[in-house]
Parts: sequence; structure tokens; C-alpha cells
Amino acid sequence: MDLTFTEDEEAFRAEARAWLEAHVPRGLPSGDTREGFARHLEWERALFDARWAVVSWPVEYGGREASLMEWLIFEEEYYRAGAPQRVTQNGIFLLAPTLFELGTKEQQDRILPRMAAGEETWCQGWSEPNAGSDLAGISSRAVRDDAAGGWRLTGQKTWTTRGAFCDRLFGLFRTDPEAERHRGLTYFLVDLRADGVTVRPVERLDGDEGFAEVFLEDAFVPDADVLGEVNEGWRVAMATTGSERGLTLRSPGRFMATAARLIDLYREKADAADPTLRDAVVRGWMDAEAYRWQTFWTVTRMMEGGRTGPESSLVKLFWSELDVRLHATALSLLGERAELVDGPDAAWMKGWQFSLSGPIYAGTNEIQRNVVAERVLGLPRR
Amino acid sequence: MRFSFTDDQLAFRDAVRDLLAKECPPERVRAAWTSDDGRSGAWPALAEMGVVGITAPEAAGGLGLDDLDLVLLLEETGRAALPEPIVEHSAVALPFVAEQLPGAATGDVLLSAAPGTGLVPYAADTDALLLERDGRLHLVRTADATLTPRPSVDGAHRVYDVEWRATAATTVGDPADAALAFDRGALGTAAQLVGVAQHLLDTTVEYAGQREQFGVPIGSFQAVKHHLANVALALEFARPLVYRAAYSVARGDPDRAVHVSTAKAHASDAAALAARVGLQVHGAIGYTTEYDLHLWMKRAWALAGAWGDAAWHRARVGRAILDVHTEEQ
Repeated sequence: MDLTFTEDEEAFRAEARAWLEAHVPRGLPSGDTREGFARHLEWERALFDARWAVVSWPVEYGGREASLMEWLIFEEEYYRAGAPQRVTQNGIFLLAPTLFELGTKEQQDRILPRMAAGEETWCQGWSEPNAGSDLAGISSRAVRDDAAGGWRLTGQKTWTTRGAFCDRLFGLFRTDPEAERHRGLTYFLVDLRADGVTVRPVERLDGDEGFAEVFLEDAFVPDADVLGEVNEGWRVAMATTGSERGLTLRSPGRFMATAARLIDLYREKADAADPTLRDAVVRGWMDAEAYRWQTFWTVTRMMEGGRTGPESSLVKLFWSELDVRLHATALSLLGERAELVDGPDAAWMKGWQFSLSGPIYAGTNEIQRNVVAERVLGLPRR
Repeated sequence: MRFSFTDDQLAFRDAVRDLLAKECPPERVRAAWTSDDGRSGAWPALAEMGVVGITAPEAAGGLGLDDLDLVLLLEETGRAALPEPIVEHSAVALPFVAEQLPGAATGDVLLSAAPGTGLVPYAADTDALLLERDGRLHLVRTADATLTPRPSVDGAHRVYDVEWRATAATTVGDPADAALAFDRGALGTAAQLVGVAQHLLDTTVEYAGQREQFGVPIGSFQAVKHHLANVALALEFARPLVYRAAYSVARGDPDRAVHVSTAKAHASDAAALAARVGLQVHGAIGYTTEYDLHLWMKRAWALAGAWGDAAWHRARVGRAILDVHTEEQ
């Protein structure tokens, strides 16, 4: 065991910190509005130009071939510097790992550089009006079009984050309606500008147009944009949900930064605050520490050749519920002024509303607890 | 950054687990509630294996290893609910007194310790006690102290109030030593609590998979699954904190106290939850003393409060991270 960072890791941290401190934009509007999304993309392109957009990727796609540990260090520095959550995250953290694992070289070469550069943005097309937690219940379908060399997609996707602003969608469609429901699905990469695709923005809880409904009617997708094998979409999709629940999207840096801001808020409000809030602040900080060290523990195992399995459900439970607690404590410290959505502390109400999505998306926490019970603890399925 | 144990450390852990399965099975823990000496009988075997003297220098008959080598072994003693005071003897007292007390490293001389805390585990059975007064560490012959047994909810956790006199001759450590001794006790107890919680989780999962109601195992009900998932969650995130604290103690990290307190608070809470859920999932059979569950549940209660409970440790962390320190003024 060696809990110090190597000289190389420290040098990497110092380089990231110096660049971020000089370049992180202040006062960006929410990335979940049309105007804000465009402003965020400018920031993400600046990240890409300095080769900080996708540090763990190969150099040829704009990365630095950083180790998992270096990626964690970068994320700590990213959020420490006050940088915003990535509007490109569904592409770079969810689709890209699947492309690296199961995509063809042609797909990787065509898609990844534009994704990294923020030139082409991606949203996720999982949920449908009648298929949320029960993802295998999707009914949107794809029909073979041999003449055109591809597929015709018809159906509806919903709760599509940033769908109104993104260029493309990755999602599951039913290609064999006769097959058992987990089979007969295929993973498609869909151009949202294609004929037959209609995108309708949906206002989210926090008032931003961060959601969208995507309607497809005979929308054409060429064979080149099938990811993995036809009718193997479930397996391909599971490779992505592992990333979503696990650590690639929710690095400890984000929660450490939130806990640090909570401590600042406490110091500002401590004189007037109820004494029990002091304990809640300490719990929040300690839980962020717990998340950080559990991550180092897991990452060490992965760097020594291990893989994450259903344990990623424990990770998703922890960060999502931690995020809610951190924000709830902040609102208590703000007291009656917590409701204000304008002014210096409004970010907490915004963050609180966002935190409430964590226990819902990427598989609700009820589903995650089932996964932990059945696949980590070995309790019987029903 | 490499946050994992060596193959040797893991092999030692496995060996101790096997030994305790043989030398400290549940019936020995149960017997320790009522026997004269309150021991499991595993002590000589643990001493033989080097566990008891692990932190003593080799010249004094120990293995010359440190808190990081010990932490996994203490976790196993928690898993087995070992009654003997191995945290107090091996983790707390031995590093300070191994050289002046021949026989301590081999376990022939038994020590207990309570620097910075009150109740002294196993005091009547010991030869000497490591205690603290006014910030200094003292080594007191048990024969020179007055012991009052204080019956515990955990009948295998025999604790005493101790009256004793501090003299220049009993002094063995300065305030820095006393603080380190306390942190070692809290860390070792946190490790044991992780083991206790793991045992409670394992046995409760096993029971929930076998016990049938309404024609199916109760573990197939979501309400039961979610209780148990919560225990797995608490343990998953407590355990790395304990290992990190062990590293900090072994390496003299300046933030050692914060790391130990974070670990002890999480371990205490995880074990308390494992006990609460363990009883609820077992139902009425867990409410009997004929069934073994209570042996671990009561150990969880006893150790959750020993060496500072979760609230105490959170308060200590709070002073370190929230209060503005103005020593420059």
C-alpha cells in the first residue's frame, strides 16, 4: 500500500491545476438551455484544444493516455477549480467506452475525434414512455431496408437529457419483435437531423429545457451506424450502463468540491445555524471522503487487472444519495432564503433539484438495491 | 497511489481467519459469557502465530510489523467476535511497552489499555494496564490498581472501572504518545467493527435465503433485500476508510486523527446498522439468546461506543475541518 501520489502523478496534477486555474470560465449559464449549451461547448472546445477534454483516451483521438488514477486526479482538479459538469458527458463517458470496447475501427476513427472536440454531441436514447427502469420493455423498432443498406427506425424516446441541443442519439431499438425481450434489440447511432426525426424540448423540474422527447418515423440509419452485432443490443447497452452507474461519470472530485463549498457556506452561516447542522456538514464531508477512498480502492483493483461488476450499483447508490444529502444540508443552512433562484446562493437550489435526479436516472435506486441484493449478496430473485 | 494490501498481508489474514474458525467458533464466544476467565481459548494459538506480538520489535519477541499489517487481522477478530482484548494488548499497549515487559510479545503477560477512554476491557485478567492521565501515558501494574467490574450488555466484553495512582515511575509516554495510543485503540476497534458487521451481514443473508414464509425465502422480498443492500452499502464505504486510517497511523500522517475518526464513525455506524437490520430480518429468533445472532449484535453495540462513538468522532472531525484555526494570532 502506498497512498502517496507518484512524481509523475503530482506533475500531472500540477499541470492540470495550473491550466484549469487560468482557463476555467466564470458565471456560465446552465448548460441545459440552448444558449448555455452553446457557451459550454466553447469551454469544452478549449479543453479539447489543450488536450484536457478526454485525458484517458489515446493520443490519436485527442487524449493523453492517462491512467485511471490520473483521470481521477484530473477530475479532482477540474471540480476543485470550479469547472462545470460536462455537457458532452453522455458521449465521452457513456458512448465512448462502448465504442472503444465494441465499435469497429471505422466507427472509432469517424466518431471519437468529433465527439472529443465537441463538434458532434450525443444524447442517450434509452427511456421510452412505457420503458424506464424496465429497459428491456422498449417498443421502438427498426425494420430492415436492404435496398438502402440500413434500417428504418420508428417509435419514441423520452426524458432524453439535452436531446434538444445534441446532434446525435445512441439508443436501443427492437429489430426482432419475435425474440425474447432481452434479445432482438440492436444498438443504433442515430442522426437527430435525419428525415423522420422530430425533437420536442421538455422543461425539467428546474425550469431548463434539459429534457427532450424524440419521435422517429421511418428514420434511416445506415449499417455503418449499428454498434455491435444486430440483435446483440442488450449486451452492448449493458457495457454502457456499467459506465453510467460506476465511476466513469461520477468521479469523487465532484462531491469533494460540493462538500468543500458546503463547508464554506457553513462558515459563512454558522453563527445563525442550528447546531445540529454542524453534524450534517461533517457527515457530508466524511461521506465524500468515503466515496473518494472507496474509488481509490476500486481503481487500484482495476489497474491490477480486476473489473467492476454489480458492485457498481453500490457506487451509484452512494454518490446519488450523498449528493442529495449535501444539497439538503446546504438548503437548511440557507433557511428561508433557500427558495431564492436568483442571487449568490441560488446554485444550491439548482443543485438540489439536479441532485434529486440522481436516485432516478441510470436505473432507479430501488433497482440498484435489488441488483446489490441479488448479484452482490446472492439473495434469491423472485 | 496503490491502495491495496500485499499478498503476504492477505495470506496472513486468511491464516488468522482459518485459525479463528477453529479456535474461536461461536460456541466459544458463548461460553466466554459465563466461564471464569471469560476467554475463548484462542489466545495461545494467536500468540503462536505471531498475531499477539505482531507490533513488538523482533528483539522483544515480536514480528516488528505495524498498524497496517495488523488491521486486516483485527478485522478477523471482529468477525469471530474474539473476546480477548487484542486491540488493547497488541495494537495499543505493545508498541509502547514491549521492551520493558518481557512476555508481553508472546502473550504470556496480558495487557489491557484505555488511554483517553474510561472502561478498561479485561482488566482483572491482565498483568498491567496502559492508561492516561493529564495527557501522559502510564503503565500500571494491575495489582496496584482497584478494579470494579461493570457488567456489559455484551457478556464477553468484560469491562472495569479502574482506580489507580499516577507517579513519575509509572509514566511511559508524553501527550503525543497518549494521542497515538488513543488513535490506535479507535482504529483497531473500527477494524473489529467492520468484521463484526461483515459477520452480521453474512449470517443474515444466509438466513434470509433459507427462511421461508408465504412459500418463498424471505430474502426474495424487496423490503428485506433493500435492508440488506443498505448494510452492504455502509460496509463497502466504511472499509476503505479503515484501511486508509491504518496507513495514516503506520506512516505518521499529520492528519491521522481526522482519518481515524472518519473511519471509526463510519465503522460504528455500519456495525450498528448491520445489527439493527440483522435483528429485524431474523425476526423473533434473533430476539432470543439461544440463537447466536445476539453475540455479534451486542459486540457491535459495545464496540460502537468504545474508543469514542460515531458522534464523538464526527465532533472531532468537525473541530479539524470547520473551525478556523488561528494559532498565528
